[in-house]
Amino acid sequence: MTAIDPTAHLTAEQIEELGRELDAIRDEVIADRGEKDAAYIRKVISAQRKLELVSRGVLLFSLFPPAWLIGTAGLSVAKIMDNMEIGHNILHGQWDWMRDPKIHSTTWEWDHVSPSEQWKHSHNELHHTYTNVIGKDNDLGYGIMRVDEDQRWHPFHLGQPLWNFINACFFEYGIAAYDLELGKNLHKRRRKNPEFRARARAVGRKIRKQVLKDYVIHPLLSGPSFLPTLAATFTANLVRNIWTHSVIMCGHFPEGVQVFERRSIKGETRGQWYLRQMMGSANISGSKAMHFMTGNLSHQIEHHLFPDLPSNRYAEVAVKVRALFEKYELEYVTGPLPKQVLSAWHKVFRLSLPNKKPKVKTPDREQELIAA
Amino acid sequence: MTSTALRSRARKLLEMVTTPLLPSDYLDLVSPLRAGADLRGRIEAVHPETGDAATVVIRPGRGWRGHTAGQYVRIGVDVDGVRLWRAYSLTSPTDRQDGRVTITVKAIPDGKVSNHLVRRAKPGTLIQLDQPTGDFVLPQAKPAKVLYLTAGSGITPVMGMLRDTGFDDVVMVHCAPQPQDVIFRSELHDLVADKKLRLTEVHTDTDGMLDIARLDELVPDWAERETWACGPAGLLDAAEEHWSEHGVQERLHTERFRPSIVVAGDGGEVTFSTTGKTVDAGGATPLLDVGEEAGVLMPSGCRMGICFGCVTPLKAGAVRDLRTGEITEAEPGVLIQTCVSAAAGPCDIER
Ligand code: FES
Repeated sequence: MTAIDPTAHLTAEQIEELGRELDAIRDEVIADRGEKDAAYIRKVISAQRKLELVSRGVLLFSLFPPAWLIGTAGLSVAKIMDNMEIGHNILHGQWDWMRDPKIHSTTWEWDHVSPSEQWKHSHNELHHTYTNVIGKDNDLGYGIMRVDEDQRWHPFHLGQPLWNFINACFFEYGIAAYDLELGKNLHKRRRKNPEFRARARAVGRKIRKQVLKDYVIHPLLSGPSFLPTLAATFTANLVRNIWTHSVIMCGHFPEGVQVFERRSIKGETRGQWYLRQMMGSANISGSKAMHFMTGNLSHQIEHHLFPDLPSNRYAEVAVKVRALFEKYELEYVTGPLPKQVLSAWHKVFRLSLPNKKPKVKTPDREQELIAA
Repeated sequence: MTSTALRSRARKLLEMVTTPLLPSDYLDLVSPLRAGADLRGRIEAVHPETGDAATVVIRPGRGWRGHTAGQYVRIGVDVDGVRLWRAYSLTSPTDRQDGRVTITVKAIPDGKVSNHLVRRAKPGTLIQLDQPTGDFVLPQAKPAKVLYLTAGSGITPVMGMLRDTGFDDVVMVHCAPQPQDVIFRSELHDLVADKKLRLTEVHTDTDGMLDIARLDELVPDWAERETWACGPAGLLDAAEEHWSEHGVQERLHTERFRPSIVVAGDGGEVTFSTTGKTVDAGGATPLLDVGEEAGVLMPSGCRMGICFGCVTPLKAGAVRDLRTGEITEAEPGVLIQTCVSAAAGPCDIER
């Protein structure tokens, strides 16, 4: 849909060959998946629980500023781990092969206001199948933003930097509303739909439990540290929300990422599907710790190619995937977090305004000049 | 308020503290074998018995209710990161003082779990456990004369009995390819030396398979004995026939380890309606395997049709019992054992 198609130089055969090469990468990982991977996710889960426990413990004394700082930092990291490396990836079924009912996509519930079940539908099914297809993949702009020049501009979009900022701060609520398709479902007729109401009630229950825990029970347990604990959990949620929002913006928003038209995916082959994932995603470069804290969504391209491979394998897969990008002369969009975040925000601002008129002189005008 | 009500209040409150996790998720980090936890065990030692069999010493969690000699237990072991469930007979006596139990495992060719336990399992490893079960057990009233008829690893439940309860007159006929394949051989010979057991070893590599008619010669009074038989299906089928021909079938107790699988035709498209997955299944593949391969979380236990740990509603279509060839059709309330049922045409499994 972007003016120049960066995949135009590929023949249909090449695209299918690319698909086969990607399948081979996937098969290799699956054949090798085993004990070490299982030990990895167990270790991460256990570390997360211990960190959360210790941080909450420290926050019982959050009346003392150092305790507040340490506890809040620890809780923020624990919440990020729960959300990203653990929750997101387990809910993708990345660890279902272990057949451990405690670490399975059908049983896992995360520390998040959107119930796992609903998130899995909107994320795993809709977003991952229709990645970057305008009108199908609502992750593109979450229905509140304009993310491509070809989308029609509306005065509402003037406010999109503000919407995006608010969405970042309360991201988990944004996700819950998004999973509920609240915008669409708040119309009078749809509001009464029993299926929607049941889902809305489930979200309500989840929100109540989460809020009660973070903003009532734990502060109460802290006694005299009630208010500092309340502030700490609020801060931890805020940090986690802004962090996840930033990481996720980097996945599909930065400059260089392609979006697609509905009709372009009709009769898509496996190779074409892979190609769309490659062109529709962007990575974040950085250290091991960085990859871990993003839940390996810094390897967004690899994640989109193989959403069900265990996250700890994306780093090694990335080397091979990148080689394929080079072989097929495609652009592997990646960069450090600040650069990618800035790039994504820049786009949000730019597209909040109507498209600029093309500067190039029109051919007619040129003709006139020559004639003159 | 009663103490149960109080406790359930306290639990609710704790759950509010830990939501969306449960308090047990945290307790499991420090004390996985505590009372009230999901039942688990810790492997404390693995002793080789023969070239391909080993005894695994397990400390069960506090919730373990104890077993009766001859029973088996289902264990869930992580092999290459994948949790696999199998059933093994308990070989320890029921009154073992240290609270540990043992299972004795023979590595079968291509057996993922058995080879793992015999050759690779490390002390300290946690495994999942179920309560012991099975009715291949000794009666309350002591029979005067006992015969144990076993082959290969069929000796394991019987060893649990031998170690547990002594009888005045016990005869055992045990089949194994060669002397060194006889599990517990030295212990059996000790019992013989102490005159607690009369033992006949049949070494099938040299003597050939046991012909059940030879029992008259090996144990002339076999028909008067209360008999417990465990081993491959061929032996048990022959024994059942022999005992009923002589009208003494009520004296024979058997335990079958694996279903003899009838190759069924058909197969079809299987829908796992809860998870929304649809896959093509062959007519000879257990639906349990089909589901697991498709990534559906399938409950399971023995995987051989005896524990009913895998029962699942059949919502539509028909399945074939792999042991008997019997067809079961969907009706409200129909449950099938997914480990011994295969698709007989398209079907819908509630998972
Ligand atoms: S798993 Fe035991 S009966 Fe099916």
